[in-house]
Amino acid sequence: MTPRAHRVVSRRGETADTWTLALEPLPGEELPLFAPGQFGMLYAFGVGEIPISVSGASTALDPLRCTVRSVGSVSAALCATAPGDVVGLRGPFGSRWPLAEATAGDVVIVAGGLGLAPLRPAIHHVLAHRNEYGRVIVCYGGRSADELLFMSELEVWRGRFDLDIDVIVDIAGPDWHGKVGVVTKLVELAAFDPDRTFALLCGPEVMLRFGALTLRKRGVPVERCYISMERNMHCAIAQCGHCQFGPKFICREGPVQRYDEVEPWLKIGEL
Amino acid sequence: MNVIVQSELGPGATVIVDRSALDSLLAAIAAQGYHVVGPTVGDGAIVYGDVSSSAELPVGWSDEQDGGTYRLRRRDDQAVFGYAVGPQSWKQFLHPPNLRLWRARRGEDGTGLEILEEPTPSPRYAFIGVRSCELHAIAIQDQVFLPGAHPDRAYAARREDILLVAVNCGEPGGTCFCVSMDTGPKASSGYDLALTEVLDGERHHFVVEVGTDRGALVLADVPHRAAHDADLAAAAEVTAGAVARMGREMPAVDLRALLLANYEHPRWDDVAERCLTCGNCTMVCPTCFCTSVEDTADLAGDEAERWRRWDSCFSLSFSHLTGGDARSSSRSRYRQWMTHKLATWVDQFGTSGCVGCGRCITWCPVGIDITEEVSAILSNPTPSADAT
Ligand SMILES: Cc1cc2nc3c(=O)[nH]c(=O)nc-3n(C[C@H](O)[C@H](O)[C@H](O)COP(=O)(O)OP(=O)(O)OC[C@H]3O[C@@H](n4cnc5c(N)ncnc54)[C@H](O)[C@@H]3O)c2cc1C
Ligand code: SF4
Ligand code: SF4
Repeated sequence: MTPRAHRVVSRRGETADTWTLALEPLPGEELPLFAPGQFGMLYAFGVGEIPISVSGASTALDPLRCTVRSVGSVSAALCATAPGDVVGLRGPFGSRWPLAEATAGDVVIVAGGLGLAPLRPAIHHVLAHRNEYGRVIVCYGGRSADELLFMSELEVWRGRFDLDIDVIVDIAGPDWHGKVGVVTKLVELAAFDPDRTFALLCGPEVMLRFGALTLRKRGVPVERCYISMERNMHCAIAQCGHCQFGPKFICREGPVQRYDEVEPWLKIGEL
Repeated sequence: MNVIVQSELGPGATVIVDRSALDSLLAAIAAQGYHVVGPTVGDGAIVYGDVSSSAELPVGWSDEQDGGTYRLRRRDDQAVFGYAVGPQSWKQFLHPPNLRLWRARRGEDGTGLEILEEPTPSPRYAFIGVRSCELHAIAIQDQVFLPGAHPDRAYAARREDILLVAVNCGEPGGTCFCVSMDTGPKASSGYDLALTEVLDGERHHFVVEVGTDRGALVLADVPHRAAHDADLAAAAEVTAGAVARMGREMPAVDLRALLLANYEHPRWDDVAERCLTCGNCTMVCPTCFCTSVEDTADLAGDEAERWRRWDSCFSLSFSHLTGGDARSSSRSRYRQWMTHKLATWVDQFGTSGCVGCGRCITWCPVGIDITEEVSAILSNPTPSADAT
């Protein structure tokens, strides 16, 4: 499987080190159809290729987008692209958020930091099919206010009557007048009907564990909690071996997984 | 002509080929357009290389193997296949250690991306002297690379037209344990031809079992005669001797259940004290398949390449994540390797990932023995921490 050429059509700074790229296949290349939760392998010419979830799932309203944090050589090269530049993309790969299964009930979205990026297309999907879902709750936590993604969109969502969104930060600067603490606090306060709730979680692994724990305490069974996991990946087609997590290949059985299916494995250190 | 030949020599047939006709067999295989690869003596070990005559095979050689030890020794007879497996396996031909996957060019305007996929011609290999454990190892790698939506092109092309000439073991190595893994010493399937070398006194010949029409076609051009009951009995004796002299044994328990229940066993700390995390065991293992890719560009930045190289779960970078490596301790890396081989491989591919060839024991610089590690966990299991 070789990368297909995509042009960067726009680039937006989200935080000091994170950019969102909108991508478009070069003429003659097909538009890849990513479902919310899936990821692609983004290639920076001659530098390398890394797994990146889509933060925009190429719907009629929203182009194909990736939100990349610059943490090393490849992600830095991708973040440094300019509109017009060409990057490579393989995919879609991996599992998706259970948006079809979640219909008719409440949807609770729990995101930590960069974890909001893979959840963004799920939120878009739910809002585009708003009548199919019950209450929609977004709990978003960040280390500080300047590490929150999609600021202007958060404000738009906040203005809607059909979506409950709340944001919390670990460390409040002088400009922050919102809640302070960990994101599980928002889950504790949120109003939803646990008997018909699906929860989607993405963020650091500790946040996933405590998030699921809090949801369980609130009565949401683990079978209806889904998390998106991250592991090192080179091939994305279960042949390079890097992303093994016990019996699973995170690139194939994941990244989105039902919590009860990974919970016993998460308890094993350095698996 | 084919019809008659195949009715005599079809799959399931057994014939005798004399030692003196072995060259004729090699020539017949080459004449069919195969690239013939077989065991040779080189670098103080039996290694696989191009072979055009039986004189290049390890005639009169055997090996002594133990944990961390390998030594060639002269036999007191002229057996052609009187050795066990060496450090190499056939995976180096089917799943090359270093492979360019593609080259890329920037387009006219300097921003495009044109990918030139590496051509994957089929080399039409004929492998000579494939042991039963190795046939199983090839079948295991088939399950890694061929099924699913994205079969590996390079592996598929190399695997496609292959001719497998197996040799049933008569002289197992000191670290072999195929009997307890149910993978040998006699080839049961997956071969085109399977040879049993019978050598006593004046008699030196091969009892040849035909596995496929392809094998029959090759054999048709080689002098052979009918096999009688006594010949079959002599071949069976060779196999029975190998079973009796098997160097090691894997405990006969449900290994998957044992290891999944023992992720926190103290033995992992013990082996971590000894393991150098050098990754030798993964390089010599005929089923280990892990790789990393490396992207490079020329100085001008107009041309790029992607290479795929064997990697090992023993390297620290293997599980690298921005927030910290998933497996930073050597305890967790040895545990990953052994638990994958014997337990989670079953979940992923339906079989064990170990065929009992003993290479990881022989080529471990400190002689860590997978059968011994299992025995140690078995003799003192921790009932806690069951992951399933
Ligand atoms: C399914 C999935 C979805 C992801 N989604 C996003 C996202 O939407 N946005 C985002 O910013 N990041 C995401 N990541 C993390 C991102 O892939 C890593 O930050 C990135 O690989 C780091 O590479 P680097 O070269 O910039 O950094 P370095 O830390 O310098 O990495 C060096 C090399 O290590 C390897 N490597 C390091 N981390 C990873 C990793 N997680 N997976 C595979 N290889 C790795 C790569 O080969 C890389 O070139 C995701 C990871 C996964 C597995
Ligand atoms: S784990 Fe060791 S004995 Fe088993 S197949 Fe691999 S090298 Fe051979
Ligand atoms: S078990 Fe032996 S061969 Fe394998 S990594 Fe450890 S020291 Fe090296």
